[in-house]
Amino acid sequence: MSVEFCGLELAHPIINASGTFDAIAARRAFGDQLIERFPFAAFVSKTVTLEPRQGNPPPRLWEVAGGLINSIGLPNKGLAGYLEQDLPELACLGVPLIVNVMGFSRAEVAHLVRAVSEREEVSALELNVSCPNVETGLMMGADPGEIAALLHRVRPLTDKPLIVKLTPSATDVPAVALAAFRAGADAVSLINTVRGMALDPRTGEPWLGGTTGGVSGPAIRPIALAQVHAVAEAVPIPIVAMGGVQRGRDAHDLMRAGASLVAVGTESFRDPAAGLRIAAQLADLTSTVRP
Amino acid sequence: MTIGSRPAPFGRRAATVTARETYGAYVVLRCHDPGGPQPRAGQFYMLAAAERWGGGEAERPFLPRAFSVLRALERDLHFLLEDVGPGTSRLTELAPGEDLLLVGPLGNGFTGPREGRTPLLVGGGVGVAPLAIWQDQLGRAARALLGFRDRVHADGAALLHDPTIATDDGSVGYHGLVTDLLGEELDVRADQIEVYACGPPAMLEAVRAMCAERAVPGQLALESGMACGFGACFGCVVPTVHGYIRLCLEGPVLDAQVLPTAAIVGAGH
Ligand SMILES: Cc1cc2nc3c(=O)[nH]c(=O)nc-3n(C[C@H](O)[C@H](O)[C@H](O)COP(=O)(O)OP(=O)(O)OC[C@H]3O[C@@H](n4cnc5c(N)ncnc54)[C@H](O)[C@@H]3O)c2cc1C
Ligand SMILES: Cc1cc2nc3c(=O)[nH]c(=O)nc-3n(C[C@H](O)[C@H](O)[C@H](O)COP(=O)(O)O)c2cc1C
Ligand code: FES
Repeated sequence: MSVEFCGLELAHPIINASGTFDAIAARRAFGDQLIERFPFAAFVSKTVTLEPRQGNPPPRLWEVAGGLINSIGLPNKGLAGYLEQDLPELACLGVPLIVNVMGFSRAEVAHLVRAVSEREEVSALELNVSCPNVETGLMMGADPGEIAALLHRVRPLTDKPLIVKLTPSATDVPAVALAAFRAGADAVSLINTVRGMALDPRTGEPWLGGTTGGVSGPAIRPIALAQVHAVAEAVPIPIVAMGGVQRGRDAHDLMRAGASLVAVGTESFRDPAAGLRIAAQLADLTSTVRP
Repeated sequence: MTIGSRPAPFGRRAATVTARETYGAYVVLRCHDPGGPQPRAGQFYMLAAAERWGGGEAERPFLPRAFSVLRALERDLHFLLEDVGPGTSRLTELAPGEDLLLVGPLGNGFTGPREGRTPLLVGGGVGVAPLAIWQDQLGRAARALLGFRDRVHADGAALLHDPTIATDDGSVGYHGLVTDLLGEELDVRADQIEVYACGPPAMLEAVRAMCAERAVPGQLALESGMACGFGACFGCVVPTVHGYIRLCLEGPVLDAQVLPTAAIVGAGH
């Protein structure tokens, strides 16, 4: 059931959600079988920022009913480290690479987009806009005006597909999606994690080193479905849907709501090969004949 | 990847429980894992019960849990569990014939002692688990000092050969901390020992500080909260002199020297 997405030919509609699968680390743990049975039709990088980041102090994880709250804090090697060390290794995976980037100002995003899209190993870019613009104080992805201004700045810098990863905390997510489409986004992806918090039962203090974190997993699946449905009504561009996908049926639901591709995040923590299983279950559910 | 061991099979696999034994406060689960490679001492697996895990009435457990391999004999893997929460509670109620889902072996294990040094194993509570398989491999002459809370927990000492036991309440063996026993050893032969330790954060931190003070090499098997076990989530980081590292990938066994502290926040109970 190969699919076309923004001009890319993908073997099936299941990819990974950014920040939930490190293919280089997984290859250390599982060896070359990972490559032979790579679980995703495209590989999305963890968010890359301009400067290296250590991430948030631990503890970074709290398990909740049907999910997880994380306050990882986007640790990464920074743009230069990613391009030099990781990208050549990721190019050996044998699937298209989508690089997820985030900047704290429009100029920073522009720098990232230009540098990443220059590399021929990269098939598409995803913009993580779930962070504040230090110039305006507004969350880049929370406001249609902010997102339009950002895309006007960065859209001309690349011919490669640009996916905007929407934040679920925007007041009007379809309006942000529409602004992104009008300003030239090729696709949108959603949902990112939903803000949450946990207290240490012994002390009553915040458990997570980052005080609050993002909720992921099946707990947020209905939120994802509702937002994908609403965004699909608002924009004609392809949608990458994610949020609590555990089985083929969950992916199928999101596609019925309007998604072209479905990304698997937290479920890969429970089963590293979840992507393969979900793609097979999805193929069984869809009428399309398998290749 | 650890040298000399095959990587873990990709993906989660079912393993049938073959035995469940009680050692006082602890449960040893054995399961049959014909598909997996031989683990190294100090490596771990991510475990979940095949049924009633991440669905249905119970809110938790949802994610798999990390467990050190206690022993690996004839394609049977042994794990030592203490019921401290919903995951261990579910796992300790499994009966022979029921299935586990596992991923592993994962992480880096212990490495042999440096030239001219003999191993000394120091364990606290459920932390004796990786020391049992390590003693199997080092040979029975490898000495072990084990600390427990009380008599029911001290039953776990039966998993190692001829250990010296300490209990907090004095009900078995030496009345006091296992690190007191370690101090006595180090007073006599600090230059001949390499320490291998696993246990609660406070114990590991005491061991780390004692090793640092007397320039004794030490390998510590640490714990931190893990969601995936294979480097995917970046949730399990611990601070080292080189910055944060993912414990599931670079550990769980770390050289004591790279740790500013072994008292990991959010680990232990
Ligand atoms: C490499 C490694 C090896 C291990 N080996 C063993 C072993 O051999 N035997 C063994 O018994 N244990 C072992 N552990 C520890 C075991 O994996 C944890 O104690 C596990 O969390 C138990 O799960 P639980 O659901 O029973 O308890 P949990 O509910 O997870 O409680 C355990 C601790 O986790 C924290 N916690 C409480 N609630 C939450 C929550 N909602 N989200 C996140 N954290 C929470 C608290 O600090 C609590 O004291 C190992 C851990 C690691 C990392
Ligand atoms: C541990 C963890 C780390 C994440 N890191 C990133 C990240 O670096 N960049 C990003 O855009 N999204 C990140 N996400 C969000 C996921 O990509 C995804 O949007 C979200 O988890 C919902 O999908 P899921 O429920 O299937 O996990 C992260 C999620 C988790 C759980
Ligand atoms: S447990 Fe997920 S990265 Fe270590």
